[in-house]
Amino acid sequence: MTAHAEEHFAGTNKLFTSIWVILVVLTLVEILLAYKTMPIHIMLTILLGLSIIKAALIVAYFMHLKFERLSLILTLVPMLVICICLLFVFFPDSFRSSDLRYKFQESAPVAPAPAEE
Amino acid sequence: MSTDVQAGHFPAADWEGGTLPYRVGHRKLGMWLFIISDSLTFSALLMAYAYLRASNNWPTPFPFYPSIVFSSVMTFCLLSSSLTMVFGVSASAKGDKAGARKWILATIFFGLAFVVLHLIEWNHLIEEGLRPFYLPEHWAQAFTLSDGTPPTALFGATFFGITGLHMFHVATGAIYLMVVALRAKKLKHEDIEIAGLYWHFVDLVWMFVFPLIYIMSVDMHGALNH
Repeated sequence: MTAHAEEHFAGTNKLFTSIWVILVVLTLVEILLAYKTMPIHIMLTILLGLSIIKAALIVAYFMHLKFERLSLILTLVPMLVICICLLFVFFPDSFRSSDLRYKFQESAPVAPAPAEE
Repeated sequence: MSTDVQAGHFPAADWEGGTLPYRVGHRKLGMWLFIISDSLTFSALLMAYAYLRASNNWPTPFPFYPSIVFSSVMTFCLLSSSLTMVFGVSASAKGDKAGARKWILATIFFGLAFVVLHLIEWNHLIEEGLRPFYLPEHWAQAFTLSDGTPPTALFGATFFGITGLHMFHVATGAIYLMVVALRAKKLKHEDIEIAGLYWHFVDLVWMFVFPLIYIMSVDMHGALNH
């Protein structure tokens, strides 16, 4: 079984290099975005969108999942996506506590002065 | 093993033992399951970061130099290391174990470059006075809102926690790859591919850590002009 699989690794080095070029370009776009003034939620949406595209390219081509059996993809990917989405359950509490947190003035937490050596 | 089975069609024999239903070895399946669970570790940490960031006055202290320049070069190193790793796996698939070892050594080089650059970048911040539970005094002043709300000191905890766990994964991966490079001639192709899976996963995690931690916290308005 494995003797047959050993021969098989789909994708050429040219394909992988072009994926790498796309990843580098998307990274440069992200760095440019860092210096554009825009509302933070728009910035977050664009950055996460780019990150998901990059992650998908890495998983599909570098990690070779595109060339694996569909049953393996269906076993691994949907449950990960669902588990990550379930974590969003915490955000209503986060927004609630942002309203509660600063009812009174507190002094900024500051490091103690370093000891003289 | 029957290779005439169509992908997506599962005859009962696939699940009756004696065959590999996913057409991957058990070690590779194990690595995939580890990667899924480790993704959830990082997802939980990044969600905790998002939770804290949404409910606090969050400082955005990173200057173009050194922070953004360093983290961009580090990103480039990790992306390049993934490319050399995939070249190594390709070489190994063709039976060229010496070539695979050469590419894996290049991967280790890029990985270690990432760790060294990251430690230098950490050192910049530590020298400025950033600690897991304290901000530098001039940051605390610069990012206090007009109503007197101070920036949260948890910035350091999330920064060092998330980037530290990621750095630990890179360092572990470099050691793993050294073992694989040393034993490349004895290992089966699939074992080299599995090491590649882990390495690409470390790269993948950085694709989320870099924009969320660094790009989202750029000091755009020069609040910290030193």
